[in-house]
Amino acid sequence: MSGITIPVQTDKPKLAVYKFSSCDGCQLTLLNLEDHLLDIAGAVEISFFLEARRRVLPPPYDIGLIEGSVSTPEEEKRVHQVRRDCKYLIAIGACATSGGIQSLRNWANVKEYADLVYPSPEYLKTLETSTPVAAHVFIDFELRGCPINGGQLLEVISALLAGRKPNIPSYSVCMECKRRGLPCVLVSKGEPCLGPITQAGCGALCPGCSRACYGCFGPMDQPNIGALGGKLTGELGKTNRDMKRMLRSFNGYLDPFKPASDEYERLEQQEK
Amino acid sequence: MNDSNSKKNSGSTRTIRVGALARVEGEGALHLVMNGDQVEKVHLEIYEPPRFYEAFLRGRDFKEVPDITARICGICPVAYQMGSCHALEKAMGVFDDVTPEIRELRDLLYCGEWIESHVLHMFMLHLPDFLGYESAISMAEDHGETVKQALRIKKLGNTLMDVVAGRSIHPVNVCVGGFYKAPDPKAMAGLLPEIEACLDLMCELTLFLAEHITYPELVRDYEFVCLNPEEGYPMNLGGLISNKGLNVSQEEYGKAIEEQHVEHSTALQSIIKGRGEYLVGPLARLNLKSENLHPRALQILPKVCTLLGSQLPWRNNFMSLPARGLEVIHALARSADIIRNYTLPAVSRVPITPRAGRGAHGTEAPRGVCWHEYETDHEGGITFARIIPPTSQNQVTIESDLRDLAKLLVDVTDEEAAMRCEHLIRNYDPCISCSVHFLKFTRDWEGGRAGAVSQAGVSDGD
Repeated sequence: MSGITIPVQTDKPKLAVYKFSSCDGCQLTLLNLEDHLLDIAGAVEISFFLEARRRVLPPPYDIGLIEGSVSTPEEEKRVHQVRRDCKYLIAIGACATSGGIQSLRNWANVKEYADLVYPSPEYLKTLETSTPVAAHVFIDFELRGCPINGGQLLEVISALLAGRKPNIPSYSVCMECKRRGLPCVLVSKGEPCLGPITQAGCGALCPGCSRACYGCFGPMDQPNIGALGGKLTGELGKTNRDMKRMLRSFNGYLDPFKPASDEYERLEQQEK
Repeated sequence: MNDSNSKKNSGSTRTIRVGALARVEGEGALHLVMNGDQVEKVHLEIYEPPRFYEAFLRGRDFKEVPDITARICGICPVAYQMGSCHALEKAMGVFDDVTPEIRELRDLLYCGEWIESHVLHMFMLHLPDFLGYESAISMAEDHGETVKQALRIKKLGNTLMDVVAGRSIHPVNVCVGGFYKAPDPKAMAGLLPEIEACLDLMCELTLFLAEHITYPELVRDYEFVCLNPEEGYPMNLGGLISNKGLNVSQEEYGKAIEEQHVEHSTALQSIIKGRGEYLVGPLARLNLKSENLHPRALQILPKVCTLLGSQLPWRNNFMSLPARGLEVIHALARSADIIRNYTLPAVSRVPITPRAGRGAHGTEAPRGVCWHEYETDHEGGITFARIIPPTSQNQVTIESDLRDLAKLLVDVTDEEAAMRCEHLIRNYDPCISCSVHFLKFTRDWEGGRAGAVSQAGVSDGD
C-alpha cells in the first residue's frame, strides 16, 4: 500500500451540507433522523458535512443542502462557489429561505446594532443585510421552517434520489390543524394565530399546544394577510405595531410578509 | 478538516493551522504559532457571523423572547429558553409564584436536551477522536452496535422534548411563566419503558467508556463554576459557586465576571474579576456537585472512577466524556422519576401582568452556565438584553489548555498536532453558533504578515 493513494470509489450520489449564518438547527434535523441516519449514510456519500465528519471529498457534489442566510462579505462570496460545486442546491430552513431572524437588521442600522452588542464594532465584518440564498444564486428547491421538519427533509432527499419532484404542500397550517381535529385557537380562544397565512409543514404544533401559530414556516402560497390582519386588529384588538412585530420574526424578510409588515409600520407611524 | 492544514516554516517558527474545525456545532478555526518548543500564540478563532440578538431583542415583547433566543442555538434551544424565562419571571415579579409542578416539567424538558445534546456530542462528535475515526459514520462500520445504541438514546432525548414541548429543535410549548399547555400524562407514561431500557444501555456505554478508552493526560488546575441548587444536581436553580471561593447570587454573577478584550483576540472572553479564567460544563458540575447526582448515577460512579483509575475531582478535561455519560444516566433516571410523579397540574403557567423590571438568571446548558439579563418597560417591552453563553466563558480556558498541550506536541507532525488540538477543543463541546458574543478577527502576525488569518480563506479556497 505504501506510496499508493486509493481514491474513494463510489457510485453513490455525493451529498454536501453547508452552514451560513444560522443556529445549526436545520443541519441537526438531519442528524436527528436517528432511525434513517445510517440508511441515508448508505444511500448517499456524505462528502462534505463539517458538523458531522472530518473527511472532505472534493466537489462536485450531486446534492447540496445549504443552511443559513448570507450576512457577511465572506458568505456573499462563498455562496457562489457552493452553487458551482453542486448539481442540485437546496436551501433548508428559514435563514436560507428568508434571511432568518437576523434579517431584522435589514430594517435597522447595522452600525447601531454592532455598537449595542460589541465593544469594538470596527472589528466586525458584516453586511448591512441578512438575505436568503436565492437572493444571490439560483436555488433548485427551498424547504421552509424554523427549523425544517425532518420528514419533509427526508422527502426532499428521497425525491431527488428518485428523480421526482418533492411533495411539499404550500397550503396553510389550518389544513394540518383541521386534520388533527384541533380546536381553532383563533376562533375559539381569540388568540392572534398566524396559521391561516402560514405554510404547513410543522404539523400544527403550536395550536396543538393551545397557542397561536407564530409563522415559523413562513407565508403560504398566496396568503390573505389583509383579511387576517383585519380580524386581529379589529375584534382581537391588536395594534398595527403588534401586526408588524408578528410578521417580522423568523421569516419576516420574505414576501409577502415583508411588504405587509412595512404597511403596518406605515399605519403605525400614521397613528403617531 | 485535514486538507486545509498548511505548514509554513520560517526559521524555527512553526505555524499549525486547522482551517475549519469539523465535528463542532457552529464554525471555528485554530491558529497555533510555535517557536522551537515555545508556544508563541494560540488563537481559537470563531468565525460565526454576528447575528445581533441582544440588539434586535430591544423593542420586542417579553412574551416573544423565549421563542427568539431559542434560535441562538439549534443544539441547546432549551438552555436559552430557560435562561430567558427565569430572568423575565424575575423582571415581571413572578419568579416565586412558579409552581413546583412547572419546575419539574422544566427539569424534564431540560433532561431531554441534556440527553440529546450530550449523546450527540459523545458518540457522534467526540468518541471518534478517541477511537481514531474521522467521524461516527466511519466508526459505525466497526462499532455499529455502539452507534445504534447511542442513536436510540439520543432519539429518546428528542422524544422527551417532543412530548413536553412540541418539538426538540426550538420547542414551541415554553413560555415565560411556564408552559402553554401541560403535557399529556398518558403520552408521558408511555415513555417509561424506553427510558428504563435506555438507562441500562447508558450505564453499559458509560462503563465501556471508562474501561476501554485511553484518556490523554492533561491535568490542569481549573476553576470550576456551576450552579449551586439547594437540592438536586445543577440545572435550573441556585446561585453560583466555584472550587476557588466564588459564591454569588444569580444577580451578582453578572458583576463577578467581566467580558474582556484580550490582545490576541477580538472575541469577548469572560473571566472572573481579579482572578481570571474558569471552566463551566459537565466536569465543573460533576466535580462540585457529584453528591447530588441521581442515586442511579451515584451507584455507578465508584465503578467508573475505579475503571478510570481516577477519583473525583477530575482535573483532566478529556474526561468530560465519561462525565457526560454520568450526566446522561442522571438525566434519564431523573426523567423517569418526574414522569412517575406526574399528574396533570392545575395550572400550566402563572399569570403575568407586564411591568417595568430587571431580572438576571443563568441555567446549566449541556455545555455549562448560560446566563441572561433583561430590562423591560412598563408594557413588558425589552429595553436591554445581555446573554453570556457557555462557550464564550470557556474560551480563555480552551486557549490555555491548547497552550499546555502544544508544548507536548513539539515532536509530532503538523497533521497529528492539528488532530490532537482539535480533539482537545472538542472536550468542551463548543457550541459556537451561540454567536451572541463571538467575533471573528483579522490580525497581522509573524512579523507583520498581513491577513494571515483569513476568515474567508478557509472555506472558499483562497
